[in-house]
Amino acid sequence: MDFITALLEDYTLRTVALGTALLGAVSGALGSFAVLRRQSLLGDAISHAALPGIGLAFLITGSKYPLILMIGAALTGWLATAAVMVVTSRSRIKYDSALGLVLSVFFGLGLVVLTFIQKLPDARQAGLDAFLFGQAASLIERDVVTMAFLGGVALLLLLVLWKEFKLLSFDLEFAQSLFLPVRALDLMLTTLLVMAIVIGLQTVGVVLMSALIVAPAAAARQWTDRLGIMVALSMIIGAGAGVAGSLLSTESSRLPTGPTIVLCVTAVMVVSLMVSPARGILWCRLRRRHRNRQLRQEALLLDLYALAGQHRDRFHAHDESVLIIMRATRASVRKPLTALAERGWVRSSGLAKWSLTQAGVEESQRLMRERAS
Amino acid sequence: MGYAVEVRDLTVAYRQKPVLWDIDLKVPRGVLNAIVGPNGAGKTTLMKAILGLIKPAAGQVLLNGAPYSRHSVRVGYVPQRGSVDWDFPTNVLDVTLMGLYGRIGWMRRVGRKERKLALQALEQVGMQDYAQRQISQLSGGQQQRVFLARALVQDAEIYFMDEPLQGVDATTERAIITLLRQLRAQGKTVMVVHHDLQTVTSYFDNVLLLNVRRIASGPVEEVFTEENLRLTYGGRVAFVQASG
Repeated sequence: MDFITALLEDYTLRTVALGTALLGAVSGALGSFAVLRRQSLLGDAISHAALPGIGLAFLITGSKYPLILMIGAALTGWLATAAVMVVTSRSRIKYDSALGLVLSVFFGLGLVVLTFIQKLPDARQAGLDAFLFGQAASLIERDVVTMAFLGGVALLLLLVLWKEFKLLSFDLEFAQSLFLPVRALDLMLTTLLVMAIVIGLQTVGVVLMSALIVAPAAAARQWTDRLGIMVALSMIIGAGAGVAGSLLSTESSRLPTGPTIVLCVTAVMVVSLMVSPARGILWCRLRRRHRNRQLRQEALLLDLYALAGQHRDRFHAHDESVLIIMRATRASVRKPLTALAERGWVRSSGLAKWSLTQAGVEESQRLMRERAS
Repeated sequence: MGYAVEVRDLTVAYRQKPVLWDIDLKVPRGVLNAIVGPNGAGKTTLMKAILGLIKPAAGQVLLNGAPYSRHSVRVGYVPQRGSVDWDFPTNVLDVTLMGLYGRIGWMRRVGRKERKLALQALEQVGMQDYAQRQISQLSGGQQQRVFLARALVQDAEIYFMDEPLQGVDATTERAIITLLRQLRAQGKTVMVVHHDLQTVTSYFDNVLLLNVRRIASGPVEEVFTEENLRLTYGGRVAFVQASG
């Protein structure tokens, strides 16, 4: 409660929370498309490639005004995307290698530029290195205004071109066969991704920004099978993780913002991967175990039925050891037999001896018919 | 009455290597035309080049007697089933509606009229009960039917289908063939990349035998001969009962 009051009253905290919510939402939305188009790593290349742009923009203009730095970042980020495209289309280098190449070259250049700036006999450069790992505390009102403007434009364009982007992501060639301008659309969607990345750089940093592109979308995908809901969820997760991470890092100034946000969003993703109902690892495993158990029981039931067929008395009791040999396993058959007994299909007749019941015979016959069809 | 599909001197190359060499083809209107040839013969490439999805190195394509453009003729396209990610978060109705995206226009949303058209197309392929089904839950045959519905909703004059019978069950195959015959009865032309040589004579009117070059094309009974098949498949085909 104290914390919420503090949030409402403290101007700095409010600015930070608003800014990170914004960038989380925008990267969550565009990240969904990046993930669905299998371009998650492109996001990583773009964010790393933004670093030289930030440095160069400062060197050329001498200004640290957010819009100018963001334009610089967007330009080199975008240039990196173009470089990847040129390398893959003009040479035999594969997409992933091209990404790695471009990412490291641009990032290296960025570090050189940044080091050069820091050696300048000038105090104004202070704070540019925050772009490496991000610093939410450095967010001020004009940053948030710029972020809101750029993010708003990106989200609006995403909404306006929604169905075209959806088709582009699902089936590019079919879109092309409808005479949709797929190149322009592709360029547009990539540009929007660049924008989403650029507005997060100051807070999250170039090194980890891609996590905020991939993780919210990957988490959201676990919970839904509809694109619209996935994007909305991804935005909420991104915004939530952004706010949580930035406030945590602002509260205890020892934590760097970017990594804290990334840890928050990763936590959401891990939980989603584990427990989401349709795709969660946990439920899938439980379902599989349940299915396996049932199959084992059915197999045992049919074994008993086959054994019973060798006697005049269909309810003749057989020893567990026979069943174990028939199954060719060393695992105990006691448990599945007990489960079958609970369902009234077999009954125990004395020490480790089991026989079918009337219901068990009927069930066996039903299973045989089912398998035959 | 001109040709539905006319191709002149079409050549397509990937990295200097020709994958289609000097193709000439004339397909009359209102026929079911199979495109047959071994793997790597350029069947899919030919289809994509005709549709303008691939830029040819040389040659010309006329659809209904005119160069293909957005307004010259309505064309329906059924890509190979494996060309998309079936785990994409969307449902059957949504995919079918995509066939109308070109017509709906920019900045407009899918309306009730479009939804009705899409449901009708799904009914034609027997998938109306699956409209809300997640596409990741479909079987191969069902996926193929959804792709067909998406093309049907385009209400085209010429259809291009890339292996619509590949890996589908017998029921789906029968349903698709019935559908192709319905389209023919409506005067539509259908170009089908086809793999199963046994069924060419019973399913199709015309055939193009392709192996980088055009080996032969025309009515099945004239062209689908043992000799032409041997030329197409280079003697690798153990197929005796040619035009039976």
